[in-house]
Amino acid sequence: MDLIGAQLVNGVSYGLLLFIITCGLSLVFGILGVLNLAHGSMYMFGAYIAYSLTATYTQSFWIALLISPICVALLALVVELILLRPTYQLGHLSQVLLTFGLAYVFHDIASYIWGSNVLTIQVPPVFSGSISVFGQVFPAYRIVVIVIGIIIAALLWFIQAKTRWGAIIRAGLNDKEMVSALGVNIKLVFTIVFIVGGLLAGFGGVIAGPILGIYPSMEFQTLILALVVLVIGGLGSIAGTLVAGLLVGVFETFSRFLFPELSMFLIFGLMVMVLVVKPNGLFGKKVA
Amino acid sequence: MRIFTKGWMDVKRRLSKMFSFILVLTLLAACGNSAINTSSNEERNEASQQGESAETIKIGSILPFSGVYASLGKDLSDGMKLYFDSINWKVEGKKIELIEEDTEADPQVALRKLRKLMDQDNIDILNGAVSTAVAYAIRDEVDSKKLPYLTSHAGGNDLTRGKRSDYIWRSSFSSWQIGHSMGEWAFENVGDKMYIAAADYAFGREVSAAFIEAYKNAGGEIVGEVYPPLGNNDYSSYLTTIGGVEADGVYGFFAGSDAVRFVQQFKQFGLKEKFKLVGSGWLVAEDLRETIGNAAEGTFASTFWDYNLETEENQAFVKAYEEAYNRRPTIESLEGYDAARIIAEAITVTKGDVSDSEKLVEAIANVSFTSPRGEISFDKETHHVIQNMYISETVLSEGKTENKIIDTIEKVQDPGK
Repeated sequence: MDLIGAQLVNGVSYGLLLFIITCGLSLVFGILGVLNLAHGSMYMFGAYIAYSLTATYTQSFWIALLISPICVALLALVVELILLRPTYQLGHLSQVLLTFGLAYVFHDIASYIWGSNVLTIQVPPVFSGSISVFGQVFPAYRIVVIVIGIIIAALLWFIQAKTRWGAIIRAGLNDKEMVSALGVNIKLVFTIVFIVGGLLAGFGGVIAGPILGIYPSMEFQTLILALVVLVIGGLGSIAGTLVAGLLVGVFETFSRFLFPELSMFLIFGLMVMVLVVKPNGLFGKKVA
Repeated sequence: MRIFTKGWMDVKRRLSKMFSFILVLTLLAACGNSAINTSSNEERNEASQQGESAETIKIGSILPFSGVYASLGKDLSDGMKLYFDSINWKVEGKKIELIEEDTEADPQVALRKLRKLMDQDNIDILNGAVSTAVAYAIRDEVDSKKLPYLTSHAGGNDLTRGKRSDYIWRSSFSSWQIGHSMGEWAFENVGDKMYIAAADYAFGREVSAAFIEAYKNAGGEIVGEVYPPLGNNDYSSYLTTIGGVEADGVYGFFAGSDAVRFVQQFKQFGLKEKFKLVGSGWLVAEDLRETIGNAAEGTFASTFWDYNLETEENQAFVKAYEEAYNRRPTIESLEGYDAARIIAEAITVTKGDVSDSEKLVEAIANVSFTSPRGEISFDKETHHVIQNMYISETVLSEGKTENKIIDTIEKVQDPGK
């Protein structure tokens, strides 16, 4: 029983980590309708910049947690303004190709700057210890991830449900033309949402770095997982992403526990099952 | 306005279809390393570009300079160049030309590059291959063209067993040597109950199978096995399971980023207090330990070379390498260094004549010397290197971890079947 409880904590922690990584992707897809395949690369930059900051300049995880997402957000701003904006009229295929191409460019830039060594981010000493839950030892940092995941989810919910910005975003989700007809500068909304997406990706990189590690092609591995979570949760729904992240996290943890050889297959099996039963994902809007 | 809205809805309708297509596309691209690696690497050594072809010996090198194994390829290459530098790129009065090609660790690419090396560059000797899949892929081509090939890393057992060839010799290691050498030692020094955790790919499976075989023969009991996928990003679930098991130690076979995560999380989940961690040298490799940090302390590993080997040859090698490249050599650097020396010594024996493959491979077979890793020679039956295996313990020294050699298993010979 203790073992199952412990695995549940593992699953929730891993699930919320997936949520932290995916929520930016989900937000951007929901509002802009752009499937940002460079999201994984932004996540990677977040992790690498945080590594450079903690290993060489400040030694402080907290400063890295603050600065690194901002750097990635600036990158997102440049990408949106210069590259993405002209493609809004061109349809989804060109956006997919653009962001996919960017992913390769970013990959080579990262390997040029940081090389091909395996790196990691040191967590602050307060969280580097272990604590006991259900009679099992857990790294304290995993529990911190759970707390951060919940805070992010609550914050995103609050912004979406309780603020004017959230109202515009929700309206934009439903009908972009009507929103712009009502006098909202939809271009500005797009830019800001994309920046927030970058911010969240960078943030995810810093948070996930100490657990998932930093290594060449990390972004593609993460992108696949993020896409699975996105599809299961339903496109563009934050609540769906949260539920899907937790579902995938707990499901994968238990499948590793019970059928370790099948774990990779089972995740995609889960995705297929969800899509068969609910083609739009768990919380997805009906598409047309 | 209306038309515009309709168009938008249309796009949305196609979105779900498009999405599945994209997902497949991404998966394909991300799974095959080849798609990620875009650069094509072709280096020629400047010092060796002059000179007539008759007076030049061309050595082809197929190594991964991009992709996940890029750092291994770089180290192998640097090790080779260090040795050739030390003999001024000359053997028996002839110039050595090293032609390096990037395999991207992809068998298809490797085969293409090999054909380029053979048809365009007319190389006399081939060496390299980090990925065993690459070594297997080029095996038939090398064999039929009678090109002497010295495998300087790829460790798949079968290359010197079922897939043995007259022209293929291996100076690095076999999976069996790595796993088997630890089996008996672990039984005598760690305990009689072990749990196995190894990455689920050919190398991980082969090494752990060899370990299990030796450990059971010694009288030990394997209480459980788990094989997480290669490139697994989170070991929490496996480690929690292992935490509930009665055992003396855990044998872990992981390399690269997997090793970093496994060893770190092994400590974070409190397993270090319960079990001894044993594994191969790659678990606590020279280039990973700084990233792993203090979590690596107390790990026992089997390896065929270590930075801290206290022989004269090794200290000289380490010193020369650090002077040349300003960083510590890794086990791959040593492999490259030794491969270069084996090739050079074989050519010395043939008096600089590389036209006859048969003579050249015979010369390779008879090479034996004291390498930084200890005495090495070739098993003429299997074509595989006979070498010492070392057991290292990772200890803390001045706030950093170092591997310390605590035991030597002399002259380990692969059984060849």
